[in-house]
Amino acid sequence: MQRWPVLLFLAWVCLLFFAGIGLFMSGFLLTRIELPSSSSCSDPLVPPPWERQSLPPGSCWAPQRFSKAVLVIIDALRFEFARFNPAKASPLPYENKLSFLHHLTTSQPRHARLYRFRADPPTATMQRIKGLTTGSLPTFIDVGSNFATYAIQEDNLLAQLVQNGRRVIFMGDDTWEGLFPKKFFRSYFFPSFNVKDLHTVDNGILQHLYPTVDSGEWDVLIAHFLGVDHCGHKHGPDHPEMAKKLTQMNEMLRSLVDHLRNDTLLLVAGDHGMTETGDHGGDSEKEVNAALFVYSKTPLFDSGPPEEPEAVPQVNLVPTVALLLGVPIPYSNIGEVMAELFSGDGDTVSAALQQLSVYHINAKQVDRFLRSYSLVAQDLPAEKLQRLQELFSSAVEEHTQLLIQVKGTTLVPPELESKLRNLISRFQLYLREARAVCTQSWARFQPLRMVGGCTLIAASCLLCYMASELAAASDSFYRSCLLYPLLWGLVGAFLLGLAHALTQEGLDLLLVSSWAAAASQLGFFWHWWGRHPKRARLVGGQPPLASVGLRQRLQAWLGLAFPMGILLFRCGAMFSDSFVVAEARVAPFLLASLVMLLVGKLHWDGRLTVLEGPKQQLLGFSSYRREIWYLLCLVVVLLVCMRLSGFFHQCREEIPQCRPSLFLSPLASLRNTRAKNLFYLLCVALLAGLVYAVRSWLRHYGNLNSSDPLVLFVRWGFPLVVLCIACYWAVASSADDSLGKLQELVQVAVVAFPWAVYGLASVGLLLLLCNPMTVLAKDTRESAGSIVTPYLGVPSSEVDFLHVVPQIYKRMQESQKSRLARASTKATVAAYGLGSVYSAALVIALTLLGFLLMLLHSERLSLAFLLLFLEAFVLLHIHTRARGLAGDAEPFSVPWYAVISWLLAASQFFYSTGHQPIFPAIHWNAAFVGFHLDHSTNLLPAVLVGANTFASHILFAVGCPLLLLWPFVCEMPGSQRKKPKKEPQEELQEVEEHMMEMRLRESPEKFSTALLQLGLKYLFVLGTQLLACVCAAMILRRHLMVWKVFAPKFLFESLGFVVSSICLLLGISLVMRVDCAVSTWFSHLQLRPAGCALPPRPRISPALWTSPAPFHLTQPGTSL
Amino acid sequence: MKEAEIRKLLAVNLLCVFSVILTAIVPPFFWDGFTVLGTHLAWLCVCSVCVSTLNIILHLVLKPNLSPKRISFAHKISRFLKCCVYFFMSCILFHAIIVLYGAPLIESVTETFLFAVLLSTFTTLQCLCTLGPNIQAWIRVFSKNGATSIWESSLQITTICSIFGAWFGAFPIPLDWDRPWQVWPISCSLGATFGYVAGLIIAPLWIHWNRKQLTYKSR
Repeated sequence: MQRWPVLLFLAWVCLLFFAGIGLFMSGFLLTRIELPSSSSCSDPLVPPPWERQSLPPGSCWAPQRFSKAVLVIIDALRFEFARFNPAKASPLPYENKLSFLHHLTTSQPRHARLYRFRADPPTATMQRIKGLTTGSLPTFIDVGSNFATYAIQEDNLLAQLVQNGRRVIFMGDDTWEGLFPKKFFRSYFFPSFNVKDLHTVDNGILQHLYPTVDSGEWDVLIAHFLGVDHCGHKHGPDHPEMAKKLTQMNEMLRSLVDHLRNDTLLLVAGDHGMTETGDHGGDSEKEVNAALFVYSKTPLFDSGPPEEPEAVPQVNLVPTVALLLGVPIPYSNIGEVMAELFSGDGDTVSAALQQLSVYHINAKQVDRFLRSYSLVAQDLPAEKLQRLQELFSSAVEEHTQLLIQVKGTTLVPPELESKLRNLISRFQLYLREARAVCTQSWARFQPLRMVGGCTLIAASCLLCYMASELAAASDSFYRSCLLYPLLWGLVGAFLLGLAHALTQEGLDLLLVSSWAAAASQLGFFWHWWGRHPKRARLVGGQPPLASVGLRQRLQAWLGLAFPMGILLFRCGAMFSDSFVVAEARVAPFLLASLVMLLVGKLHWDGRLTVLEGPKQQLLGFSSYRREIWYLLCLVVVLLVCMRLSGFFHQCREEIPQCRPSLFLSPLASLRNTRAKNLFYLLCVALLAGLVYAVRSWLRHYGNLNSSDPLVLFVRWGFPLVVLCIACYWAVASSADDSLGKLQELVQVAVVAFPWAVYGLASVGLLLLLCNPMTVLAKDTRESAGSIVTPYLGVPSSEVDFLHVVPQIYKRMQESQKSRLARASTKATVAAYGLGSVYSAALVIALTLLGFLLMLLHSERLSLAFLLLFLEAFVLLHIHTRARGLAGDAEPFSVPWYAVISWLLAASQFFYSTGHQPIFPAIHWNAAFVGFHLDHSTNLLPAVLVGANTFASHILFAVGCPLLLLWPFVCEMPGSQRKKPKKEPQEELQEVEEHMMEMRLRESPEKFSTALLQLGLKYLFVLGTQLLACVCAAMILRRHLMVWKVFAPKFLFESLGFVVSSICLLLGISLVMRVDCAVSTWFSHLQLRPAGCALPPRPRISPALWTSPAPFHLTQPGTSL
Repeated sequence: MKEAEIRKLLAVNLLCVFSVILTAIVPPFFWDGFTVLGTHLAWLCVCSVCVSTLNIILHLVLKPNLSPKRISFAHKISRFLKCCVYFFMSCILFHAIIVLYGAPLIESVTETFLFAVLLSTFTTLQCLCTLGPNIQAWIRVFSKNGATSIWESSLQITTICSIFGAWFGAFPIPLDWDRPWQVWPISCSLGATFGYVAGLIIAPLWIHWNRKQLTYKSR
């Protein structure tokens, strides 16, 4: 058996996928680290003392220019919507509607100005709100302290305002509620979810806006209108509804301005634009091009507006508003102040001085941020930071010198002014470059990388499919399909590394690995192509065979069509946000359809019916075979399991009427003591039931007989684990105050019991690895000669003493029979449980893993786990039965439908264990099972939470080899029932037939190929699902739901892929380990001194099985 | 002979299609506010009743599987009762399968049951008409090379088409289009109806095109 090549091949394929995922992620997911620091008034970057003294009270960092501000955000206000072009004769529905803005800019040029407001991608509302308040570039994943809520943890404008005692009132989009919980002085939130609803939010705001403005009990008022955005989503911009909506906004602004006082600043901004279809989320020109309008009743600007409106990056709003209102700039801001708003009414020199001072503050703040950011993260390139540092220090130096000169009045205005302008432009340059550096690493998709990652994953899928068709155990296969491609890959990586070393560029590990992956894939396809024509020629030599081959291939394709069709539906469902949201119901639906189709197909092919008597045959009547009822019962149990598993679903916010399952909450939260006790007892009983079921399964197949440490562990350790879990649940779910003095004891117990389970489970797994044999060998070679003696010599129990005579009689009879059976009496070794040794190891491992994972979930989800085990068991049986009925010629290859149904069940139970592919649905509690709210590293909680999230992926992937093994395990009872009575000669045949899993050992080459094929098929199906997710995320990156649905789905799917593939490798290597142990066991058996006068018997293992039954596999029921 | 029979089949099937169309068009003349989507349950009843009556009438008139023996009246009655029981059982069975597939268990039981009745009308009733209450014959017909006449081939095609139609009908339910026909069980019952109609039209055509390959074993 080739163990290492198989594992290496699978590991290589996994690595190919990982490289693809990594490459795609680096192009698609932009990450940034959130800093917890925040600015405050007393920060040491305040201006020099002489200027400080002039700060009016209530101002920080810079003198306050406005005491109040109104920020009107019109969602998706594209620049074209706000612009007014009187020359246009026939405007489109969205053009020339905001005439009031135009009226203000023309009638009061020093009071009002319109800007192009450049949004940074991703142009989704939540990210934009974050950008508009933190002054930073939020990415899809802002790695912060807390994943569980959407609340902004970073320093932001609202936090600064509140910290400095300003009253902030909000009205509109309820996204703000989640982002800024409890920050508002007063708030009026309206639901934003229903995109079809154009008016609820806007009318709600209009109802409260003017009374609030008139009351004067506020410092900052934010109103977020959603109508325009929703109109875009519903109708698109080019629609009469849009005209109505914009006209309504125009009227709103007109009356709002009437209500404003002189000390109030009005800002009207769009958070992003929209495409021609009304969508947003991406980075196209129309999406990022929003409008910003600034107005105040006191003059703001010292000159009229420029001909073409200036373009202002969105982040610039934050420092500008902060300094205008006299609060510190938020810590992570990277925006640049809009200097023209700070010119004041004085002469040009004092204006320039004023601007210089705000630039100075701004630059110092940005520099401080960049310094602290580069300390925690390396994603900003070092050499660029270096250059920024130089720019900054030289500008600051010049600034101090200039200030000294100004103090000493050594400079005259014209020269001074030019110097001031020069310095301002240097600060500007610094700020802009700093922003450019950040933008480059935080806010830009990299399409090339995305396409590259997609291609790599697609090619890996293709490779999996081809290799699974091609797999053969020959050396030449591994040489041409594994060794050479690996060499290609290594050479590719080496060359790339060398090129990097020569050009002195920084080595990007991800790029190198993906190039290596691509090279090795090329190598594989090249060698595959080399093998292919040879085969074709071989077939072409015999024309009749070729035609048969064609027909067979056609039939095989048709057979493939139905499982692949289901897989296709599943992949197609990834492209629709509704289907991703409803996936919890889609997966079981498809699984049920797959199984029903399987049964229907078997029926259609006439596999389920027997033509009975000749009379009925004449009439053409058919009736079912007996086994069909068993199969139908299994199908019904499967359907019931799937339906029941639906009771454990978690909800997503996209389905507002959904109520999360009651079983998800821990028992501790249950008020009703009686219900609590009842549920507790039920859960413990189910755990015990699981242990009982596993033990009786093992006993049935004779795997519980030996006295190896592993078997002892199964006998005694399993109940102990259950006891520990039950105690832990009892302690964890008891009410906190009821125990009083025992509180400390409880604290210890809450930690101790999980650790006991961890310890026991790891001991069990270690035992499994050390000696996975659960076989009891009874060497009866000595006893072959005499009948009675050995029996009397070894009385195994009291029962034997009590019934000695009948026992002896029975034994004599048996021995007589066996003599008849084997014409020439030979030695036998009865190996109890040898026929299911592989499955037994897997079942034990799965049970242990199941215990661990159940511990990490809340108590009542153990019901879901029980369903999981039951459903997997039923699926395996259906697979076995269907296989037996279909009369498959290839016992060593697992059909596609089995693999696909296995994976569908895995994703079904992802949802049925209370998970959803969104961040707020992650069970964070799992990190604290066995820990007291403190973790020294991040690794351990990540592992615990990951294990909790991907529990079903782990169990199904580890159990995947069972798909291959199960039909062999189940082979024995079936064949026995069919032939109840036979001649001794036939019995001999039968003994040979009862080899169960040893059939696999008999042909080790085929066994290893079968494992490889199974692994490749599993990876293919997993990879296809992943590919669908990746393509959906890439193609739909402009979709409204990309950051809410597709990107999290992609992230969960790819993590699930990684976990599944690693667990698959572990499962397969466990089988390999068992195989190793079986080999050594056989060689020991052979070497063991025969003891008696018997000639030393058997030859090396495979041959053993072809010789007339030297090893007698006992019937399972007759264990000792 | 064969051509004539195919023509007869086509005529019968077109009559069925016509009746299905009429169930959507005629009732509004008598019943104010009747629409297929708006008063879906009523339409389900009307459609089931119409299709089943038509099928029973056609069966009585045409008698495609006329048995040579004369059957006693008591036998006929028992046969009829058996058919009723079978039909009812198939409704229950379909209801159970639909629920197991994910339909709500407690809410909208009426809708689910009427949908099951419709599906039974399109599948079980046809079988009962063509084959009688004879499970063995059913099993034979629904396997490869099991059909012994064009009527049975037609039965195969319409039944499978109806069930697939209902299956495909479940696909639009999760979509967020907010259309009235996405409500349970409208899309599924419409899917089943379209499948049935398609099956009725496809069956004679398919049999016509494959008449060379179709060699029916004589009884």
